[in-house]
Amino acid sequence: MELVSPGIGLIFWMTLSFLIVLFILKKFAWKPIMKSLHERENTIDEALHAADRAREDMKKLKFDNEELLKQAKEERDEILKAARKVKDSIIEESKIKANEEANRIIESAKEAIKNEKLAAITDLKNQLATLSIDIAEKLIKEELSTNIKQQDYIKKLVDEVNFN
Amino acid sequence: MTEWHSVKKYFNKNFFLLLSFVFLGLSVLGYENEKNHNDKVVTEGETQHENVDIEIMEKEYNAGESILEHIVDSYGWHILDYNGHSITIPLPVILWDEGKLHMFSSSRFKHGHSSYKGFHIASEGPNKGKIIKILEEDFLHGRVIEEGKNEVLPLDFSITKNVFAVFFSMILLCWIFISVANSYKKRKGMAPKGLQSFLEPLIIFIRDDIAKPAIGEKKYQKFMPYLLTLFFFIFLNNVLGLIPFFPGGANVTGNIAVTAILALFTFIITSFSANKYYWLHIINTPGVPWWLKFPIPLMPVVELIGVFTKPFVLMVRLFANITAGHIIVLGFVSLIFIFGNINIGLGYGISVVSVAFAIFMAFLELLVAFIQAYVFTLLSALYFGMAMEENH
Repeated sequence: MELVSPGIGLIFWMTLSFLIVLFILKKFAWKPIMKSLHERENTIDEALHAADRAREDMKKLKFDNEELLKQAKEERDEILKAARKVKDSIIEESKIKANEEANRIIESAKEAIKNEKLAAITDLKNQLATLSIDIAEKLIKEELSTNIKQQDYIKKLVDEVNFN
Repeated sequence: MTEWHSVKKYFNKNFFLLLSFVFLGLSVLGYENEKNHNDKVVTEGETQHENVDIEIMEKEYNAGESILEHIVDSYGWHILDYNGHSITIPLPVILWDEGKLHMFSSSRFKHGHSSYKGFHIASEGPNKGKIIKILEEDFLHGRVIEEGKNEVLPLDFSITKNVFAVFFSMILLCWIFISVANSYKKRKGMAPKGLQSFLEPLIIFIRDDIAKPAIGEKKYQKFMPYLLTLFFFIFLNNVLGLIPFFPGGANVTGNIAVTAILALFTFIITSFSANKYYWLHIINTPGVPWWLKFPIPLMPVVELIGVFTKPFVLMVRLFANITAGHIIVLGFVSLIFIFGNINIGLGYGISVVSVAFAIFMAFLELLVAFIQAYVFTLLSALYFGMAMEENH
């Protein structure tokens, strides 16, 4: 058989068998193979996407956690700060109050002292007055114990009165 | 459903056993025929046939003829020569002549030395190697047939060596890919295993690197069965052609009829899937001066020729590449015999070099086997893509 002249027999059998095999393989091989390849690729794709999503979620979660921690810290600081403030203010207030109380006590003490002093002075004055009157009485009694003296004194007093 | 499954199972497990028995039977049959024939020859007292055999053995080695014999098709599958007898698997000869179907074993020809029912294999002339029928001089009608025109060619549908190899590779393809498809069904969604994992990259390669870029994401699926069948048919036959033993060794993809049919399929699919822009492009090629199209339609003619040259080139490329590779390998092997004829020692000496070169060529051919299958598939896909390209 010649090298470059195709034989009718081979052409016939080749066409026939190729068509049959094409049909058989299309139905029983390529279709299921392509389908399962496609399905598997989809599954893998989905799995990868899911993993990506999970990673993203994890990242977000971590970020959220950090944010939360940060917030908590801030809050704690805030609370501490507020507490310190409250403490300071309480101390300040109590200091002021104590001062006031002390001042008040001192004031009232001063008042009391003043009153006592006044009372004492009054008492003293009264006693002094009484004493003076007593002394004066005694003196006068002494002075005016004689008639002469009484005469003299009256004379003097009359003298002193000036009738103008 | 279950019935079909069991049939498939049976097909997978037992078909190859059956097939090998058939082959074995055929070869034994061939040898039997051979022996019977020789016995007959001896009993008839004619030693002519054996003389011819010895003559062939002792005839000066003709490298060109020998190489060509290995490349072209034949009616029997010659396996080896043993003790002066050739062991050949006879294949069925099917002839359609004058409205009558003739079917007989090719062993009837006795390696082309005898004729059967008036048919014989031409040993020379324009029909050399083909089955011809010698017309006897038609005494009944008183006609004398002219010299050189006394032979007619019957329509030859014989299961020749190449047809047989085509059948074999087709069965092999079906078996391989149906079993792979089954393992896909069995191991759904799991990683490929065994043969599946060897073929999967190739299938994905054809899909992702040939079909998708050449045809386009949307339309490629329709062509996948053809492209896959085409690729694996060519690749399998290229590789089988490199195996020197039966059932390999037939030069299927180096046969112009086979490549012509493959190219024809590509041509038909291209033409039938072509959209209007494809044809419009041929009739009225854009971007070309009008005087190339009218009044003499130069460009349309060129474009139309291009439509036919594309598959023609596909046919010739595959045929020439595979045939050339075989010729080179056979050439290196022939060197041993050429030098062996001069001096037996020289033959042994050159065999080392020849075998080394032949091995190198075989590796190269392995590469070519893949590349040619790839190129044929890629170009087919490109033609489909071109035929379906939208106007832009």
